[in-house]
Amino acid sequence: MKIVVCIKQVPDTKGGVKFKPDGTLDRGAMLAIMNPDDKAGLEAALRIKDEDPDNTEVTVVTMGLPKADDILREALAMGADKGLLITDRVLGGADTWATSSTIAGALKNMEYDLIITGRQAIDGDTAQVGPQISEHLNIPVISYAEEIKVDRSAMTVTVKRQFDDRYHMLTAKLPCLVTALSELNEPRYMTPGGIFDAYADADRVQVWGRDKLDVADENIGMAGSPTVIAKASDKVPKGKGEVVTPGSPEEAVDYIVGKLTEKHVI
Amino acid sequence: MSLEEYKGVFIYAQQVDNEVSSIALELLGKARDLANDLDNKQVTAVLIGSEVGGLADTLAEYGADRVILVDDPELKEYRTEPYAHALASVINEFKPEIMLVGATAIGRDLGPRVSARVHTGLTADCTQLDIGDFPLQPVEGQEQKHKQLLMTRPAFGGNTIATIACPNFRPQMATVRPGVMQKRAPQSGAKAEIVNYNPGFTPNNCYVTIDKVVKEVSGVANIQDAKVLVSGGRGVGSPENFKILEELAECFKGGMVSCSRAVVDSGWKPKDMQVGQTGKTVRPHVYFAIGISGAIQHAAGMEESDIIIAINKDENAPIFDIADYGIVGDLNKIVPELTKKIKAGQ
Repeated sequence: MKIVVCIKQVPDTKGGVKFKPDGTLDRGAMLAIMNPDDKAGLEAALRIKDEDPDNTEVTVVTMGLPKADDILREALAMGADKGLLITDRVLGGADTWATSSTIAGALKNMEYDLIITGRQAIDGDTAQVGPQISEHLNIPVISYAEEIKVDRSAMTVTVKRQFDDRYHMLTAKLPCLVTALSELNEPRYMTPGGIFDAYADADRVQVWGRDKLDVADENIGMAGSPTVIAKASDKVPKGKGEVVTPGSPEEAVDYIVGKLTEKHVI
Repeated sequence: MSLEEYKGVFIYAQQVDNEVSSIALELLGKARDLANDLDNKQVTAVLIGSEVGGLADTLAEYGADRVILVDDPELKEYRTEPYAHALASVINEFKPEIMLVGATAIGRDLGPRVSARVHTGLTADCTQLDIGDFPLQPVEGQEQKHKQLLMTRPAFGGNTIATIACPNFRPQMATVRPGVMQKRAPQSGAKAEIVNYNPGFTPNNCYVTIDKVVKEVSGVANIQDAKVLVSGGRGVGSPENFKILEELAECFKGGMVSCSRAVVDSGWKPKDMQVGQTGKTVRPHVYFAIGISGAIQHAAGMEESDIIIAINKDENAPIFDIADYGIVGDLNKIVPELTKKIKAGQ
């Protein structure tokens, strides 16, 4: 069974978002991490591998700057077998449409039975690239996976898929693409031996440029992106209201009741 | 692609179990506003399902001029492939200028698949939609296009905001956050033109099998419908202590209790009560933030509320930066006292 996990390097927002003195986002001051939903997807793949390690191969794929090699090595140290870095200047500035065409262009030149992506990345929050990749490859997609089970003899995948007020148990024929939620599992840590091995053999991560991708020129990079940013800005915070420190609970209650009455709520 | 062929504003009229989802009505309200700024002012609802034609009148009452009905037994329960086939076929056949889809679990699955199929851009989770020029200001050597859909969305956990256009592809497609756009007052008796369209459904490798559907009855009404939300954070201290919030909520008509992510993560309350970036977006008339520190991800889900009242013992809590009225104090003393006082006045 060949599993490909698509992962993305994103700035870490967990320890608080950092701002420059002028109020704009300071991306340089934030750590670059493996996107959390993607890490859950990787863990799901590794658990499938744990069931039959000799007959399962997990390849991690990312598209990004050369420094995205870091998250591929991290994935190897967690237990992935191989990594692929898609990087090329001409791929820059891609929106979700062009990104998904590009990654699909790499996958067309790889072998896969199951593709797992994270539901969404914490920088863009679009949740589009996974389903769009599946469309470009003409394979089924099951998004929002809470449980993933493969049947190796039937070559199917069964997924518990969360909806607003219900869940579905869905079965799809492989090859299939599944998008994973970070709630899916608790990703394992890298092992010391794994970290050593991940870096000892540089060739475990392949690097592909544009020439290795099965995708038309008009479908990559900024030029291949249907959407264009008209304006981007840091969010202007809502104006601060009143803050009071009442001397007693009674005083606090009088203050709130006063405001609610003034606004005709009560 | 000849862009001029694409006309009118379309919305995906999501239904689940033969019931129109609230988001469909919100999209109709917005579609009406957008259409008024365009040359072609027709608003079309695309209704997909099995034996759902009876819902067309509701869509008409909320602003649809026309309903395109794709009705087929294959469409009984939502599945990505037949629904994507239905919507993509409608787009190719009827050529909308704008296609709006709700950013619900269904819409965020359907939208990307359809946009990839019809080769157009899709802007996710929009919180504002306008008709305007692209580029916004004239740029020398670049044609400024008029009457474009300008799609505004938060990114980076709500820390940045971007306005996106799709100038060279049609339809201009967006998913829209539920709870953000306003429904119109329904016009009872309004009728829409009904167009039946069936592109044919032949199961292929992309069709998945539904083994089981389990509805999780939480017994909780939708917090997005609340007029007053009494929302608790980790500062409430324990699941039992949410009782004092419930008692306060009961004082108000349309009052409900909601919570922050920390509360859900601690297992105190179910996920469908969560407000914020990874939960629901709410805009009640009054939002009480009680023992909620107010991380930016939480703010993203509630800052559009009309009146925000925050009670927190930490005077440096970020919630005080967005609250209209902030009270530094002990929620355990203030909340029960407030309930008592409001009840006494009723």
